[in-house]
Amino acid sequence: MTLDPTHLTISELRHLLDGREVSAQELLGLHLERIEAADADVKAFLRLTTTKAAEQAQAADRALRAGTAGPLAGIPMAVKDVLCVKGVETTAGSQILKGFKPPYTGTAVQRLFDAGAVMLGVTNCDEFAMGSSTENSSYFPTHNPWSLDRVPGGSSGGSAAAVAAGEATFSLGSDTGGSIRQPAALCGVIGMKPTYGRVSRYGLIAFASSLDQVGPFTRSVEDCALVLETMAGHDPLDSTCADRPNDVTRGLHDGVDKMRLGVPREYFEVEGMEPGVRLAIQKALKTLEAAGAELVDVSLPHTDYGLAAYYIIAPAECSSNLARFDGVRYGMSEQDVQNITEAYTKTRRKGFGAEVRRRVMLGTYALSSGYYDAYYLKAQKVRTLIKQDFDDAFAKCDAIVSGTSPTVAFPIGSRTQDPLSMYLCDVLTLGGNLAGLPGISVPCGMSEGLPVGLQVLAPQWREDTALRVARAYELAADMRVEVALVD
Amino acid sequence: MTDNKSPLPREGEGWEVVIGMEVHVQPTTRTKMFCGCAIAPLDAPPNTHTCPVCLGLPGVLPVINKAAVEACLKTGVALSCEIPRHTKFDRKNYMYPDLPKGYQISQYDLPMSHDGHLEVGERHVRIRRVHLEEDTGKLVHAGDRLHKAWESFVDLNRAGVPLMEIVSEPDIRSAEEARDYAMALRTLLRTVGASEADMEKGQLRAEPNISVRRPGTNELGVKTELKNINSFRNLYRAIDFEVKRQIEALESGQGIVQETRGWSDAEQRTFSQRTKEFAQDYRYFPEPDLPPLELDPAWIEDLRRALPELPEARRARLVSQYGLPLHDASLIAAERELADQFEGAVARGAPAKATANWLIGEPAARALSPDHLAEIVKLVSDGRINRDQARDVIGEVLNTGRPPSVIVSEGGLAQLSDASELEALVREVIAANPKAAADYKAGKQQALGALMAALKRKAPQANPKVANELLRKLLQ
Repeated sequence: MTLDPTHLTISELRHLLDGREVSAQELLGLHLERIEAADADVKAFLRLTTTKAAEQAQAADRALRAGTAGPLAGIPMAVKDVLCVKGVETTAGSQILKGFKPPYTGTAVQRLFDAGAVMLGVTNCDEFAMGSSTENSSYFPTHNPWSLDRVPGGSSGGSAAAVAAGEATFSLGSDTGGSIRQPAALCGVIGMKPTYGRVSRYGLIAFASSLDQVGPFTRSVEDCALVLETMAGHDPLDSTCADRPNDVTRGLHDGVDKMRLGVPREYFEVEGMEPGVRLAIQKALKTLEAAGAELVDVSLPHTDYGLAAYYIIAPAECSSNLARFDGVRYGMSEQDVQNITEAYTKTRRKGFGAEVRRRVMLGTYALSSGYYDAYYLKAQKVRTLIKQDFDDAFAKCDAIVSGTSPTVAFPIGSRTQDPLSMYLCDVLTLGGNLAGLPGISVPCGMSEGLPVGLQVLAPQWREDTALRVARAYELAADMRVEVALVD
Repeated sequence: MTDNKSPLPREGEGWEVVIGMEVHVQPTTRTKMFCGCAIAPLDAPPNTHTCPVCLGLPGVLPVINKAAVEACLKTGVALSCEIPRHTKFDRKNYMYPDLPKGYQISQYDLPMSHDGHLEVGERHVRIRRVHLEEDTGKLVHAGDRLHKAWESFVDLNRAGVPLMEIVSEPDIRSAEEARDYAMALRTLLRTVGASEADMEKGQLRAEPNISVRRPGTNELGVKTELKNINSFRNLYRAIDFEVKRQIEALESGQGIVQETRGWSDAEQRTFSQRTKEFAQDYRYFPEPDLPPLELDPAWIEDLRRALPELPEARRARLVSQYGLPLHDASLIAAERELADQFEGAVARGAPAKATANWLIGEPAARALSPDHLAEIVKLVSDGRINRDQARDVIGEVLNTGRPPSVIVSEGGLAQLSDASELEALVREVIAANPKAAADYKAGKQQALGALMAALKRKAPQANPKVANELLRKLLQ
């Protein structure tokens, strides 16, 4: 085990902090040095919040000395540019919000602050979380720490890359169609999307309200469970956030003996599935079987329609969610105009990137009178069928295991000219969003020298099951998240 | 107010008026529809009652105000609506600077209640739906009109204030009925405690949809919708103007353009605001930030049981319990305070019909307490003062707050009915008006009027009936 604190997990750092072997301020210093060394290449961060971090680290050290420290006291974290933090510029990767500093902090982030976490900075992402490579950021692309000419995945690419490169111990992302799990897989870290309604969305700049969830990137399954547990729970400010027991860590170390793990055949036959990825997944399934799990064949027959339904519902919701970016109250505002319509048009044309404009137009069309039934309503019916598929599958198994992404990280620029090939990145993950399920991606070996991710999906509100399977795999495979050595 | 003698007012001229009403009502709540901001008073400085939620900042989410839902359901129940088990909110998408999110949270296909009715005089007005939504902000333009303004300002104090929209079927047949409908709605809303419904404060906004057609036909004519009407009187005037305008246009061979028209108070006319050449596509879809609402039938039943007596039921009771004519009962039941005052006075021993007459015929009487009203009605019906004196007493009560009985006894207003006391006065009047007395004796009946007038000037407290008899007797 390396002793460089920038390579360690939360629980390892907890041990060092509690034992006074390192202070929160020292940890902060080491991470800022690491960012200094690696981020010129990786470009995970859009902006650092060093003043805030110093205050939080100081407070964490005081709390540690006083014995009042929270479970995340002194732990360095990075926050995706879609989560509002009071006084910290938050732009959703977009020019239209350039300079916008929210007057409030969102619930999930606030709960982590309250637990003592130290915010290092804001990470890069695809504009308004629309993309699978972080190339749709209006600032710059982020590079995969394992191979700098490749993408980190997306949309939460900056958050995944920061944890993979040793720049942050954990980070936050948002997952609408796979935006946490897919970059976690491509960067070789753990990433989890909770059940829809597990974590408050208050403070998350909305992409598609019925699909968005906030979740963590970490270096161990235990860390993932801890961060999720800290953020989870009812929030009176989010009516879609459920009032349920916070039981995500239940039975975390109980193993998979006698557990039935469903293997959906459709998820192994998707277009563009790389042989190396399939091989790594099959090997991971054998490891779980050896650990006592029973693999059962399941079917998700409407998988083929999922992508189409997703690319109706998500753009429809986004076309409405993004209407507020009109240049009237905050953000970019074109002033050289003759009337209000021209002000809207000019501001939005200049402020939004091509992919965002494409989706706003797709969504506007899908909701239009005369097309609503054929597109939006039909897509909602498909969504119901996909939920039914999962219900049927979960009648036969406790969790579903598959690959997270059909491919390993692809070269920067290789898919930007073909939106459809980019959309296919989410084919294994978006079903979990449409059905509101919890899903986790755990590294499960390499293909072509790049990380592969194993996805575990569980029934709604059974994060405990997904985490338990992931933890069992981590243990059985002796898997340890490696930090990519970028200098 | 409830005069329905001519249900087809323009029948004689060959046109039937068809009106449907859309009424926006601000329910009585402490806070806004989807956030914790207090409702701003009318004189609050701009943008002082706002928060990240009603400003539509990135990342915020709506939370439903239960008090607004309850007020809306109470209204639905009071209008005899069906209350569904499931209801939901939808987004109505359009961009305008007074709409911070670029969509209004409203209700589309599953309103909170539907298919009710309201009785307005003799008219049965069907209620299509009652739904809940949020208000927009307000634009203030430098210069008078938007297209000429060199600068515009946005005040979001009103953004997110709850609104109930009450939509009637096109069952209303005249401007009078439309005004009476709005007034009846106000009474109902106040009675159930759902809203103050003060039109001048913008808590009740009535938007009539008006068309005319030939009597006997079933299809509707082209309609216009009237906006910015700020009083019941202007509601009547605006519709009256619009009906005449439409009939003139049709009779002169011009068509009616479907459009929204404003009411100009200064010019007393309607004017074209916005032509609905193509319907705006609002791209309604279910609000994903709010889960659908399951309305517990037990809750609805509780609300139904807790409702006070509604104006319609009270009207019927005023007839059956007090023997009032329907016309009187309608007028009195139309305002809760008036009906309370009536019943209070009658409970203190005032005769019902006389009390009703006073309340209907003498506006000043409405300002009296039930105690004082009862005293005055009794003083008159006992013959201690006459109606003219009673009016003076009412004025005195309202000025000084002293009880009527005290004013009457102290001020010598009590009526002089004693014949022996009156006789001396009557003789003096005859002596002072020999010509009139002679005329009467010669057979001129009218001369008696002059003598009575003279007596009234000399002794206002004289009981006219007794005095009249005395005069006739002494002049025989």
